[in-house]
Amino acid sequence: MKEMVKFGKSPVFFDKFTRRPGPIQDNMHYCPGCGHGILHKLIAEAVAERGIQDKTIILAPVGCAVFAYYYFNCGGISVSHGRAPAVGTGVSRSTPDSCVISYQGDGDLGAIGFNEFLQAANRGENMTVFFVNNTNYGMTGGQMAPTTLPGQITTTTPYGRDVNTEGYPLKVCEMVDALEKPIYIERVALSTTANIMKARRAVGKALDNLKAHKGFSLVEVLSGCPVNLKKSAEDMNRFIDENMTKYFPLGCFRDRSAEVEEFVPEYAPVHDPEEVKSILFPRKLNIGVSADFRNESDIFRSERRIKIAGFGGQGILSLGIMLATMGKLRNFNVSWLPSYGPEQRGGSANCSVILSREKIASPIIDGECNLLIAMTSTALEKFKGELKPNSVLVYDSSTLERPDVPADIKVLGIDALNIAREIGNVKCANSVILGALSVVLVDSYLQGDDKMDFDRAFEEAIIDSFNNKPEVIKQNLYAFYEGKKAGAKCFKHGISGNIDKKANDDALNEIIKADNFRDSSTDL
Amino acid sequence: MDKKFRVHIEFDQCKACGRCIIACPRKILALGKKLNRQSYPAAYQAKDGCIGCGACFYQCPEPGAVTVYEIVEA
Repeated sequence: MKEMVKFGKSPVFFDKFTRRPGPIQDNMHYCPGCGHGILHKLIAEAVAERGIQDKTIILAPVGCAVFAYYYFNCGGISVSHGRAPAVGTGVSRSTPDSCVISYQGDGDLGAIGFNEFLQAANRGENMTVFFVNNTNYGMTGGQMAPTTLPGQITTTTPYGRDVNTEGYPLKVCEMVDALEKPIYIERVALSTTANIMKARRAVGKALDNLKAHKGFSLVEVLSGCPVNLKKSAEDMNRFIDENMTKYFPLGCFRDRSAEVEEFVPEYAPVHDPEEVKSILFPRKLNIGVSADFRNESDIFRSERRIKIAGFGGQGILSLGIMLATMGKLRNFNVSWLPSYGPEQRGGSANCSVILSREKIASPIIDGECNLLIAMTSTALEKFKGELKPNSVLVYDSSTLERPDVPADIKVLGIDALNIAREIGNVKCANSVILGALSVVLVDSYLQGDDKMDFDRAFEEAIIDSFNNKPEVIKQNLYAFYEGKKAGAKCFKHGISGNIDKKANDDALNEIIKADNFRDSSTDL
Repeated sequence: MDKKFRVHIEFDQCKACGRCIIACPRKILALGKKLNRQSYPAAYQAKDGCIGCGACFYQCPEPGAVTVYEIVEA
């Protein structure tokens, strides 16, 4: 006597489920009588029949089905709560020949992830969503979900769902039916065998659409949660057929699969990781110094604490970044701590920069400031008390009066805003300040070779900060040189180097030549 | 010639939810007395007369618990 398997375990399931060690490796983790298992079987069967196992990627939600990737022997991604359609969008767009199945429950799709789901449906992303509706949060112990029926008792609605305070259940299929793009919407139930067979057809149709890459399909599956709803298998089926379907009518809401043409995606090669890296992390210029380089001037024997303050849009934070970058390129330890309001423009902004040879214990500068750069009067009033004796205060004399500070503090007023305006871009005021600052530093505090080196260090910081934007580099370098002139004037003595405008331009062009960028660049 | 079928329910994989027993049109399945490795009284084919409809297979939430065989005469 010979036997032939007529109905048996699908080859899309793994032979053994290695979710946890131990002898039980054939069973899924679902409770007895759970609808998830039935839907898993229907999906596995449909995937096997269509021969798309290699191309299928199943997105496991947060919820009971979170371990789906232990069961389906195809691609799987475990996704943050409710974010499966967002991840599915990424997957289906980056690998257009994949078949993306988003498997979500009612808490995942209907509550926390409803916006992701609805937006993906509205965009008509190329994926199929299986929405398992069991009217409660099953994994966490049967709390009320968006789909809990009116009057239904759950652990969080002990007197039944009150529509006056908790509203009515979300009718997801009906809501998606209001959108233009989805091509297939159907609600099925996993109760009687007849209903399961209808569900099987719906799953098949949805996967046909998926295989042909026709667009967005949604299959809502009314499923039983016998443990949390405290029902036997028989009562569960009756509850689905009598109570749930009354509120969630079964049937096909939309089927445009015949109208939509099959989409044959071109083979999409896996993106070159080097290319991705170069997009995410722009090329760095080969600037800076060797790893063992140390500036030996006395000023760097202790930590340098710099505070930059003004209002948002003045380039306060980017000035801080330029200074920190300068430190980084000269092998300092640096910290950069911004503080700003929610406004992109206006509102007070400040940042603290620390340059140190030693490890920096805290990025906060609290009353121990070596250098304050103030661009507004409020910033000046607020932070001038934090300056230590023998420190330096730089302020924008275009808009501010000379502040009244103790005699041992060096005050440098730079006409930054006016100079920047002459250059043609008021946004460059910060680079003007940086130029002036370099003069103060080089002429008053640095010794020996450091003088030469720091001229270069500041330029490199500007180039590095505005990497990939040659025009901005050019403008800011020009502002930097103008700032140097202004700073030098302030100190009543000239500075060496190329401050001649023509020579400046030639030097800048040399620096930012495209060739120069590419040839001198190194990978990360 | 009528086809003959047989239901095999893997003893240790059954969780005794009872869905197959309700769904079977011939009512040939029943819960057993003996507990399996997971402490469930697994279902089994108690009577002959399987028609191979597959209702038990599709009702069963476990991927590999139910297998329906067609008996091919030698």
